[in-house]
Amino acid sequence: MPLAIQCRDLRKTYDGKVEAVRGLNLEIESGECFGLLGPNGAGKTTTIEILEGLLPPSSGQVTILGKTWESDARELRESMGISLQETRLAEKLTVRETIDLFASFYREPRLSDDVLDELQLTEKSNAWVGKLSGGQRQRLAVATALVGNPKVLFLDEPTTGLDPQSRRQLWDIVRGFQKRGGTVLLTTHYMEEAERLCDRLAIIDHGEVIAAGTPAELIARLGGHHVVEFAASGEQNDDSTDQWKHLPGVESVHRENDGLVCLHVREPHLTVPALLDLIVKQNSQLLHLSTRQASLEDVFVRLTGRHLRED
Amino acid sequence: MAVSEPPPKLKDSPGPKQLALLHNGRWSGFTHLLAARMTELWREPEVMFWVFVFPLLLALGLGIAFRDKPADVTPVAIVAGSDAESTLAMIERSPEHALIHAQIAERNAALKGFRLGKYDLVIEPDSASEFHYVYDPARPESVLSRREVDDALQSAAGRKNPLTTATTVSSEPGSRYIDFLIPGLIGMNVMNAAMWGIGFALVDMRQRKLLKRFVGTPMRRSDFLTALASSRILLMFVEVVLLLGFGVFFFHMRVMGSWLAILLVGTFGALAFSGIGLLSASRAQKIETASGLMNLIMMPMWIFSGVFFSYERFPAVLHPFIKALPLTALNDALRATVLEGASLASQSGRLLVMAVWGVLSFLLALRVFRWT
Ligand SMILES: Nc1ncnc2c1ncn2[C@@H]1O[C@H](COP(=O)(O)OP(=O)(O)O)[C@@H](O)[C@H]1O
Ligand SMILES: [Mg+2]
Repeated sequence: MPLAIQCRDLRKTYDGKVEAVRGLNLEIESGECFGLLGPNGAGKTTTIEILEGLLPPSSGQVTILGKTWESDARELRESMGISLQETRLAEKLTVRETIDLFASFYREPRLSDDVLDELQLTEKSNAWVGKLSGGQRQRLAVATALVGNPKVLFLDEPTTGLDPQSRRQLWDIVRGFQKRGGTVLLTTHYMEEAERLCDRLAIIDHGEVIAAGTPAELIARLGGHHVVEFAASGEQNDDSTDQWKHLPGVESVHRENDGLVCLHVREPHLTVPALLDLIVKQNSQLLHLSTRQASLEDVFVRLTGRHLRED
Repeated sequence: MAVSEPPPKLKDSPGPKQLALLHNGRWSGFTHLLAARMTELWREPEVMFWVFVFPLLLALGLGIAFRDKPADVTPVAIVAGSDAESTLAMIERSPEHALIHAQIAERNAALKGFRLGKYDLVIEPDSASEFHYVYDPARPESVLSRREVDDALQSAAGRKNPLTTATTVSSEPGSRYIDFLIPGLIGMNVMNAAMWGIGFALVDMRQRKLLKRFVGTPMRRSDFLTALASSRILLMFVEVVLLLGFGVFFFHMRVMGSWLAILLVGTFGALAFSGIGLLSASRAQKIETASGLMNLIMMPMWIFSGVFFSYERFPAVLHPFIKALPLTALNDALRATVLEGASLASQSGRLLVMAVWGVLSFLLALRVFRWT
């Protein structure tokens, strides 16, 4: 597979102080849906805008579809569609006028009607943009990206702030584009979105890739695929953490600030009885116990000690 | 959007799923940008008010204020006292009596009225044949009033004029204040509308990240800026026709030059101020920054460029600088074409001034422009 997007040792320093991106390497294949997952301020927007040719990098190389921004900017613009993290389109144009306007910039755009139909905006085609709901606005933003018939689609947090139904609608649109052979790069801080939508992803923190791979690979690398969460009465210290770690089947231990302990385990049916025994032996009481499948969130917590969304 | 596009030609896409594609020509981006701009303006009621209604109201107000003032009757006060009645009688029997409206008032009331502009002059009779005038040399009507009252009193007292003179009253269309005013208002309106229109639109689009979104497409940046300037020219046509038409219907103005020449002069003005508007909003992230800068740029022209009164009143050393201002060039060229029917060729110097301002600021704006 030829590479659709490639960047090497990408760095961006704002105003000589803020190191937003520190040596990023990405290789995204044609036809892939690739996700950049990371908390707010991780450097996702900076990265994607450099790749989109909207922001000059401080150093590093970018190649899109085998071309560079320095020599083939116009050609590249014809073959990509973007949706910025935040664009407020003109409020007093209708949906159709907006799509027509964006279509007019491309040499060979798609028919506005087809795009309206695909994005389920036909009913709203004569409504002013200012009167649309959040989900409809976001679909319109993606419509303006798709109308140029791009080969590569860049979406910066396409579903942030949307309700679950609107979010699923957008996922379907992205999958449809991918099915036609398109390449997608999207950023998100929703682990569920990354898990469900992306073929591969890079987890980004403080401007660096801290892990990359398919969602399944990343979760598998945690060791355990299950998480046992519990809280017990009595003092918790490093000694007790050590004790949890030596329970059967435990791969790693993570203590939350609120006293909750997370055990990443391979076989919960072995770990849980041993855990209960230990708590009885310690003369403390179990306040909470639950088990669940491990997620990308756990991967992030494991790697950084923080949660993806701290709100 | 009312833009005629070449009929869509369907093309096969190379992709795995066949998508129907259009084929766009070179100017499709420009025409759509222009149409979108006009559509947005049309749907913006405030814009319609400031661009079209406000200048008409201003012209109407000023026109009425200056038309209804009985031509040259000067209000004067005579300080009450033993000689007040006889002074009043002298004025009323003088040949100039029709031009003077004299009233007897207490000294304090007279002086207060003078300060407030109710009287142009205060006459204080010292005796039946000695008078003392209170007037303000900085107020033209006060100066005039003193001359008229003095003439009236002197001739009432028996002065014989050595020369015989006759006067013709000139209040024919073409030489009245409203005739001077309307072209100035058109010029000022073209400037204000172009500067505000472009400045606010740009800063707004920059804040909305719409400019950034646009440069993420193959849109030509020069198309975007020219479409913005072109929208101002289209609006200028409407403004000129409205204001001038208003002058013709309400004040019976006579338009001596051809409308085509007048619109062409307006086009140069709209281009000059579009360029300056683009430049002044080329980097601003906030509306306050842009409007501060634009006010700073427009302020000298509001004062010096002869909108409400002729710049001939400023010292002659300033005239070369005043004439280099784009609004002066626009106002002068408009007055010449509208009032005197001057040819475009005779206005080439002024058109050049406007063109230079427009082109230079447009080129500079393209270089320093911030799209993000
Ligand atoms: N224009 C800018 N000037 C200075 N610092 C910036 C600018 N844009 C982003 N940053 C900083 O760079 C870091 C990365 O930001 P961003 O790329 O927006 O992250 P994300 O999209 O992952 O939330 C943050 O610390 C942010 O404050
Ligand atoms: Mg971001």
